[in-house]
Amino acid sequence: MGTNSNTLVKLKNAGYQQNDKWLVKGVSLEVEKGKIVTLIGPNGSGKSTTAKIALGIYKKFDGEVEKYTNKIGYVPQKVSIDWTLPLRVRDFMVLTEDLKEEAIDEALSLTGVVHLKHKNLGNLSGGEFQRVLLARAISKKPELLVLDEPVQGVDFTGEIALYELIKKISEELNCGILLISHDLHTVMSATDHVVCLNGHVCCSGSPSDVAKNNEYKALFGEQAAQTLSIYEHKHDHVHSHEGEIKKN
Amino acid sequence: MFDDFFIRALVAGIGVAFVTGPLGCFVVWRRLSYFGDTLAHSALLGVTMAYSFEFNIAISVFIISSVIALILIQLQRKTNLPGDALLGLLAHSSLAVGLVVVGFLTFIRFDIMGLLFGDILAVTVNDLIIIWVGGALILLVLKLIWKPLFASTVNYELAEAEGLNPDRAKAIFTILMAAIIAISIKMVGLLLITGMLIIPAAMARNISDNPQKMVLFSIIGGLLSVVIGLFSSLEFNTASGPSIITASLVLFILSLLKIKQSIQLKN
Repeated sequence: MGTNSNTLVKLKNAGYQQNDKWLVKGVSLEVEKGKIVTLIGPNGSGKSTTAKIALGIYKKFDGEVEKYTNKIGYVPQKVSIDWTLPLRVRDFMVLTEDLKEEAIDEALSLTGVVHLKHKNLGNLSGGEFQRVLLARAISKKPELLVLDEPVQGVDFTGEIALYELIKKISEELNCGILLISHDLHTVMSATDHVVCLNGHVCCSGSPSDVAKNNEYKALFGEQAAQTLSIYEHKHDHVHSHEGEIKKN
Repeated sequence: MFDDFFIRALVAGIGVAFVTGPLGCFVVWRRLSYFGDTLAHSALLGVTMAYSFEFNIAISVFIISSVIALILIQLQRKTNLPGDALLGLLAHSSLAVGLVVVGFLTFIRFDIMGLLFGDILAVTVNDLIIIWVGGALILLVLKLIWKPLFASTVNYELAEAEGLNPDRAKAIFTILMAAIIAISIKMVGLLLITGMLIIPAAMARNISDNPQKMVLFSIIGGLLSVVIGLFSSLEFNTASGPSIITASLVLFILSLLKIKQSIQLKN
């Protein structure tokens, strides 16, 4: 993993401990422009923690983080909006950056929620709120998008559409994406690089490499590996240039 | 028509209301009302210091309140006590120490009631300058830190992740809180300052659907409270602080009617 001018964020042997317990340890990964890196792993495996280390939310981490951009869009896993704050979708869209009205409308249209622009944030459903979160993150045309389970609570057809949108955004804006997802099928189809976590990096590489890995099979079961093979059969991708990243 | 002191009080109160409006919204949003109380209680110590060393009251209160805020932040880091216990500890001990010091200051005549509940007779031209210049500075700084402060109020991690430096904004806001208490202590009194921050903002929450509106209504509510409160203070010969706060309470009660209305409309 040599640093090149396309690198947006790079973790070297990064780790984080809380109350003397390591939440995650020894993570190395790199997100480049136009590439999607996906973190997978069971609950409590340190996916969100890794994202927060990369974002600089956790400050007392182990290892090294090199960040080459400040234009970041973030969709956190959990956002609780306080009722004491009267906040419309529109106000939320300009939370961290001032946007033109057209830019707000464009982003909200992309995620299919432009009709909610003047609604109170507290009145949205879980899926609607998730779409607003994603719209907010992409509206500022970031160089790096960090998406922590961005489609949770979104209906099935919406989920597919949003993943397609995420892929399209990465191509159009040429931005790097660090994605956390439980949906192995999507992960395998839309990702350039997969990092499988379980408190540490248990394997990483191109989707097809990871699927063949025994530790991956042990974590997710044989079926997970088959999910991929079915998918590959359908689309027949080649990820040859990424073979070198394979660790095991 | 009016005695001169009354005009001074009115001008001072209006200046204070312009600042407590927006700051009060943040106090409500960030759940800092007890924090405001603590700073206000510690202000008594600041006042006694001012008398002891013949120093300007507002500046002395500002310094002491800032120090108390810093001590609070240190205690939060170094002890395992919950935040409200630490706030209570600092609020009551600084109030107590302040009152003990007042007991020692036998050589000056002390209007303790005026300190606790405000005294419009005490507002001098000098105070007016401090309120308006200090208030303008507070609003200017608040405008500068608005984006990171507001974003981190909504969601700290979003603000931090997207590079807004919320910790710095929070520290600056703490200093602004000490400053507003320092400039408004003569008007409202240290026991009621938090009321001046919270009640107009709470009233505004009832009738607003977005943050800008809430800030605007909070300022208007504060201005009305000051004007109504001071006139009734003159009329009924009551202390200025309680009169202003009572007026804001009346406005708050009226704003509840609006909530009731909107609920009925929805049904």
